[in-house]
Amino acid sequence: MNDQIQNWAERIRTAAASGTAQCIRGGGSKDFYGRQPVGEILATTGYSGIVNYEPSELVVTVRAGTRLADLEAELAGRKQMLAFEPPRFGVDSTVGGCVAAGLAGPRRAAVGGVRDFVLGARIIDGRGEVLRFGGEVMKNVAGYDVSRVLAGSLGTLGLIVEVSLKVLPRPVAEATLRFEMDEAAALHQLNAWGGQPLPISASAWRGGVLDLRLSGASAAVDAAIARLGGESVPAQVAEALWAGLRDQRDVFFSGDDALWRLSMPSDALAVQLAGAQLVEWGGAQRWLRSTAPAGQIRARVAELGGHAVMFRHGDRSDEVFHPLPAPLMALQRNLKKAFDPAGILNPGRLYAGL
Amino acid sequence: MTGEVFEAPAFGTADADFSRVDKARLVNALARVVPAASLLHDVEDLRPYECDGMAALRQVPMVVVLPETEAQVVDILKICAAQGVPVVARGAGTGLSGGAQPHRFGLVVSLARLKKIVSIDAHARRAVVQPGVRNLAISEAAAPYGLYYAPDPSSQIACTIGGNVAENSGGVHCLKYGLTIHNLLKVRGVSIAGDIVEFGSLALDAPGYDLLPLITGSEGMLAVVTEVTVKLTPKPQLAQCVLAAFDDVVKAGDAVAAIIAAGIIPAGLEMMDQPATAAVEEFVHAGYPLDAQAILLCESDGTPEEVAEEIARVRALLEASGATEIRVSRDEAERLRFWAGRKAAFPAAGRISPDYYCMDGTIPRKRLGEMLKAIQAMEQKYAMRCINVFHAGDGNLHPLILFDANMPGEQHTAEAFGAEILELSVALGGTITGEHGVGIEKINQMCSQFGTPEIKAFHRVKAAFDPDGLLNPGKAIPTLNRCAEYGRERMGASRPPAHPDLPRF
Repeated sequence: MNDQIQNWAERIRTAAASGTAQCIRGGGSKDFYGRQPVGEILATTGYSGIVNYEPSELVVTVRAGTRLADLEAELAGRKQMLAFEPPRFGVDSTVGGCVAAGLAGPRRAAVGGVRDFVLGARIIDGRGEVLRFGGEVMKNVAGYDVSRVLAGSLGTLGLIVEVSLKVLPRPVAEATLRFEMDEAAALHQLNAWGGQPLPISASAWRGGVLDLRLSGASAAVDAAIARLGGESVPAQVAEALWAGLRDQRDVFFSGDDALWRLSMPSDALAVQLAGAQLVEWGGAQRWLRSTAPAGQIRARVAELGGHAVMFRHGDRSDEVFHPLPAPLMALQRNLKKAFDPAGILNPGRLYAGL
Repeated sequence: MTGEVFEAPAFGTADADFSRVDKARLVNALARVVPAASLLHDVEDLRPYECDGMAALRQVPMVVVLPETEAQVVDILKICAAQGVPVVARGAGTGLSGGAQPHRFGLVVSLARLKKIVSIDAHARRAVVQPGVRNLAISEAAAPYGLYYAPDPSSQIACTIGGNVAENSGGVHCLKYGLTIHNLLKVRGVSIAGDIVEFGSLALDAPGYDLLPLITGSEGMLAVVTEVTVKLTPKPQLAQCVLAAFDDVVKAGDAVAAIIAAGIIPAGLEMMDQPATAAVEEFVHAGYPLDAQAILLCESDGTPEEVAEEIARVRALLEASGATEIRVSRDEAERLRFWAGRKAAFPAAGRISPDYYCMDGTIPRKRLGEMLKAIQAMEQKYAMRCINVFHAGDGNLHPLILFDANMPGEQHTAEAFGAEILELSVALGGTITGEHGVGIEKINQMCSQFGTPEIKAFHRVKAAFDPDGLLNPGKAIPTLNRCAEYGRERMGASRPPAHPDLPRF
């Protein structure tokens, strides 16, 4: 184990003893996300580099401070990718931040989210213990699957030091089709297509226009184009479109109104809340720009079987994630205490008291 | 739900003593919440529950209860929490690691009567099922809609979805379609405190910590599952299988790496060594080449165009890797025949040997050849045969050690042989179990794979859900005392270990 890990472990032990909050931070590109960051900054950016990359094993092990851009460039050189397409909110976005935030991009509905690709992790818990869970193999049921739980835990369970991720080959062929249809028709169509063996890898609907990305073997993409019709979107335009959605550089995401992420059953009806809307993931992720009261948004989304996150902007003084039922919240508190009994790791970033 | 989390729960250090559980008091309390027909406590009625798929270990439980509703599960768990009774949840009892082995002073909660398919929503591609529904039954119910449930463990005709969740089961198609965890939306369960909790959601994520991966594969130690919502996958239009023969196992292993490196994720990629091929050929007459040192089965699925493209690429890669013979299935009957042999590997082992012991290590694919050579050396060392079938695509090995439990010492030798394979799996950068679970079988090897800090962390996770350690005690996570003892034994290292008479699984 190297010096940096030892130093961090020592620092966390000291912080636990004195009850000093630690704000674990990578590139800082997601400082806006979750509840207000508090505590001494513990920067992971200096701890970077690929520890092990075996393209034929479909796995890469990376230090937490590695820039996402550097990792993706390395993978692209071997015609592979992080299939969950994590957002790059800044050039300095890191792998550790990517896993801690647990956010996925356009390909999520087709291939899975961050946690589906986490194979193992080395962390330092709130006691300053260095722990290794999971590993570098695809199938592993030895011990509780703690490493996958780190995805989306916002650094509240441990400092992610190193993570092993499953990677996938880049698709040989890709094409984007455009259709004109209203929201209800798009939601229906996306679910209907989802039940057929089609190589759909992303979808986005807004303002009466549905874009659909196909990825896979050339033969499969060609066959799907012939079958689905629609208008072909030129490759360069399509690439900019999907990257813009993935990294939220798309014009939809500009402006200062609260941005809500609504995670819904794919077949849930249109939410019909005031504000602009963008539907992704075959209907399972809906973005809403709205000044409507949080309570109203949450109630409507819950009624449709989903949950709502105040993703960016808006009044962030209260909870930003959806409230949990009491027994589930109790389990979450217990789990937090199991890993961070002094409550010093990114305290309150996910929920008050976690 | 108790809020207290133990710094180091007592059950993490030494096995808890449950000998004070009062059978009559337990039966009386249970009789008030379930009908008499759901409650078994005479030893003859209990006998069928004395083991799961790991038949070498038998233990008659104190009581068995077969709830018919979730409300009954809640009542049962509240009684066990109040009386301090160990609870072992059980599905079809097909597990291979002894995860459902009863506790001597405990209650077995069989979920066999919770077997309703609650709903199939074809438009949303999901099914809501009770835990006692069989894996294959889900796919059968979804078939009219052109959908199926992708994970297909070999025991899918019998194993239940509740058991699949408990073990995070795999199958031959998980290279492309994922494990159980990748095909779940939501698991509903009851905590030991009797609270109903939902993990996951009908959306693709849920707020807060993502506890779905923690519950999945937790071997019944965190909650008792009462309902599972699974994703359904569109059935591919076509599947075709390539059978390739090799005169050398290392070449076959390299061919596997070459296929993956070329950017192909086959629907299935399986390998069998020559003794395994011979054993199954005699049994099912799949037409396997018997002179080959190893055969590979590589399946491609998708649209007809896609399959044709992939098969052509796979064939070229296999030729370049030195395959001595390549056959492509010409129709569905031939494809099924190719698979019949692989799927019959376990029964075939049972046919050529009175007993067999199935291992489940996973290693990086590139170490396959090394592992096979080491297993050959172990066959000499232990004077015992081993036939090998692999989920080669994901590096998951199922060596089947052949022995005769009626011969003095053979059972123990087989265990020592298996333990050495597992220890080597860890040493090669892999894991002791890819899909069968730790249960009681591999509990000692957990001490090799994890250090004391991780073992303690696992016990704290357990305590976060089950502070008194009542759910499936003694399984999956070893106590610190057990690891200390195992460490001392290994230090002594005069294999076979020092106390051959001790029951050791």
